[in-house]
Amino acid sequence: MSILLIDIALFSFLLLTAFAIVRLRNLFAVIMLTSVFSLLSAGLFVTLDAVDVAFTEAAVGAGISTVLMLGTLGITAHDEKPATRSALLPMLVVFITGGALIYGTMDMPAFGSADAPIHQHVAPEYIERYPHDIDMPNIVTGILSSYRGFDTLGETAVVFTAGIAVILLLHRSTLGRRRREDEEEDDI
Amino acid sequence: MHHHLILRIVSKFLIPPILLYALYVQFHGDFGPGGGFQAGVIFAVGFILYGLVYGVSHLRRALPPTLVRALTALGVLIYAGTGVVSMFLGFDYLDYNAFASDPAHPSQGQHIGIIIIEFGVGLTVFAVMTAIFMAFASRAPEIKDTDW
Repeated sequence: MSILLIDIALFSFLLLTAFAIVRLRNLFAVIMLTSVFSLLSAGLFVTLDAVDVAFTEAAVGAGISTVLMLGTLGITAHDEKPATRSALLPMLVVFITGGALIYGTMDMPAFGSADAPIHQHVAPEYIERYPHDIDMPNIVTGILSSYRGFDTLGETAVVFTAGIAVILLLHRSTLGRRRREDEEEDDI
Repeated sequence: MHHHLILRIVSKFLIPPILLYALYVQFHGDFGPGGGFQAGVIFAVGFILYGLVYGVSHLRRALPPTLVRALTALGVLIYAGTGVVSMFLGFDYLDYNAFASDPAHPSQGQHIGIIIIEFGVGLTVFAVMTAIFMAFASRAPEIKDTDW
């Protein structure tokens, strides 16, 4: 019962935040609200017992991406330009996509159902073998880094590649600005 | 940002616990929620907070960009290298059973392997997040006191 109340509260806040993000023109406020949105989603993940996912969502979604978006905001304008075209077509696309997604969830197994395909595939084997093979208190970390070690290596490589790409794209201009800054400091 | 005494003092108090918490998440990931990815992000947040409040030039002095770039690759290298080491020990790639001192208890080796690769993940994530922040922040003009 209390979980239900928390869910209702979180979802209504989520909805309010989403509407506020759509309505607002001040991009600083929008960035702060996306951060709030992430934090609320993290709360929802906690009620779903997915603490590891919630942790990541809170750290990355509410923390880092907010800072990066604020950094981007420093280079661009602070206010969104008013829309010149009618919002009818985008609205239609959004409603059709949303409707299709909701229709898709009808076929999904009920939440927490033991018959769900995810609980039929490799999960039972992992859980059965885990106490013998790895036996660490946090089974999520154990599965991700041992049984799924190749996947996690791939994810790390993705993060690495993304970082290298950003460094390559922005590095030259960074150096240029730094030299200019140094010269300015020398002048002073 | 020379006049924001409160911000500077408060962040000075906050940064050490943030870094400590990141280390806790890193090495306690086997017991509680968390792991290398989250720890790396939190560790980066400590440095990003420093960069936000004191300016990117100060952050560059505390954490040279060359070092950050090297750490970016080092993390992946530690992870991938763990697999190579396990192969040299006669096991499959990334089979942490290779690190068990007693073959009857392979979970010992699993614990060692997981701590090492989680450390690699944390290092790469921390370095990438800091590098991306530095790259973005050095393009933006520093925030002036009057903008606050």
